[in-house]
Amino acid sequence: MTEEELRRYGASVAAGLSAGAVIALTGELGAGKTTFAQAVAAGLGVREAVTSPTFTLVQEYRSGRLPFYHFDVYRLASSEDAEELGIEEYFYGDGVCVVEWAERVEALLPPDAMRVHLAYGPDEGARDVVIS
Amino acid sequence: MRSEGALILGIETSCDETAAAVTAGGRTVLSNVIASQIDVHKVFGGVVPEIASRHHLEAVNGIVSEALAQAGVGWDDLDAIAVTKGPGLVGAVLIGLATAKGLAFALGKPLVGVHHIRAHICAAYLEHEQLAPPFLALVVSGGHTSLVEVTAGAAGTQVRLLGATRDDAVGEAYDKVARVLGLGYPGGPEIDTLAKRGDPAAVSFKRTLLEDGSLDFSFSGIKTGVMNYVHTQKQADKPFHAADVAASFQQAVIDVLSEKTRLALEQTGHRRLVLCGGVAANSALRARMQKDCDGRDVTLFVPSPVYCTDNAAMVACAGYEAFQNGDFDNLELDAYAQLAL
Repeated sequence: MTEEELRRYGASVAAGLSAGAVIALTGELGAGKTTFAQAVAAGLGVREAVTSPTFTLVQEYRSGRLPFYHFDVYRLASSEDAEELGIEEYFYGDGVCVVEWAERVEALLPPDAMRVHLAYGPDEGARDVVIS
Repeated sequence: MRSEGALILGIETSCDETAAAVTAGGRTVLSNVIASQIDVHKVFGGVVPEIASRHHLEAVNGIVSEALAQAGVGWDDLDAIAVTKGPGLVGAVLIGLATAKGLAFALGKPLVGVHHIRAHICAAYLEHEQLAPPFLALVVSGGHTSLVEVTAGAAGTQVRLLGATRDDAVGEAYDKVARVLGLGYPGGPEIDTLAKRGDPAAVSFKRTLLEDGSLDFSFSGIKTGVMNYVHTQKQADKPFHAADVAASFQQAVIDVLSEKTRLALEQTGHRRLVLCGGVAANSALRARMQKDCDGRDVTLFVPSPVYCTDNAAMVACAGYEAFQNGDFDNLELDAYAQLAL
């Protein structure tokens, strides 16, 4: 997918989401995780700029159809650390959670989480997207 | 000997530095004590929030006592206690906040909650007696990239956000690029050093300037450009020079910061510019901003590196402003991960 296609796809995914939905994103740096998260936010009608949650760990947005919670758990050492942060209260809460570097909190992800893996495609700028 | 002016204790724990400082009259630094956790977080390539909170908790009381001792000031001499209330890592901010509230309550002194970005801007006052509003500030750090207008109003200093990053902060882009190039954490100093040996024109990364006239920033495109380049070179088994990539990345970032600042100066007409925040310690950025300002008859104010990175002297300085206005907080003051200026 090109970046444009990835954005369109993310927005279309958002249309089918309800409260308590969790999207687990995996893929290396620059693979497009934040781009995908921004697209889901746009699809939910979030009006603010969706900035990187790398520094704050989680950014919350309430201007869309559902609350939107955007996580970057790269710097969490383990699932236990995430548990201390109360990440599960978000997962089983009132909004949509998109989690970057989700493999780091594998043990805490709800069984029905949507898994999206992004990888560099063969062409420059293109990305492969695997959904499960 | 103690200089004149109200004595403010500042406490800062919003990220990975546990810091306390005492200032007199806002601008005279009597002590500035910082315990850095960088070595602790290096192994993880970034700040680990829970670890950070635990280290703050262990360090904060000792750091505060040390700040008072170095200043030669007793608890009862203090006029107010200033503390960073956000934005930052909530768990980390809370440690400083709880410490400050405890002291304010026990000593019966006023409590002042300080906005972290405002504190970074105030850092420029510490060494520049002649600096006063109005001016423009470019705040660049690991968590922020903002252009702020500072003016003097009837009710004290007014700050207005003119533009901010829409995706990654500058310092964050540095950290991520450093990760891909296999450099250490924090990425800023590593890339700054490596870039000195590289060719800034070796690779052309796209400068994202957004819509005409916008003072917002976007750095994720430059970051992804570097990732794409490194990935493509590796796929094709072509060698690439990390120093050239570092220099080219840094050039692209500095070009964008320079252009946006030029635009903001043009739009507002300010003749004074403050460059502050952790990334303001970057030598190439400082040099470029100085050159830009010299060519435009604008006076540049940049804090020394020790006041660019997180510190508590800047918090005490910002707290002094609020203290003068009688702008105090009560013990219900909360910590905030996100906080508007």
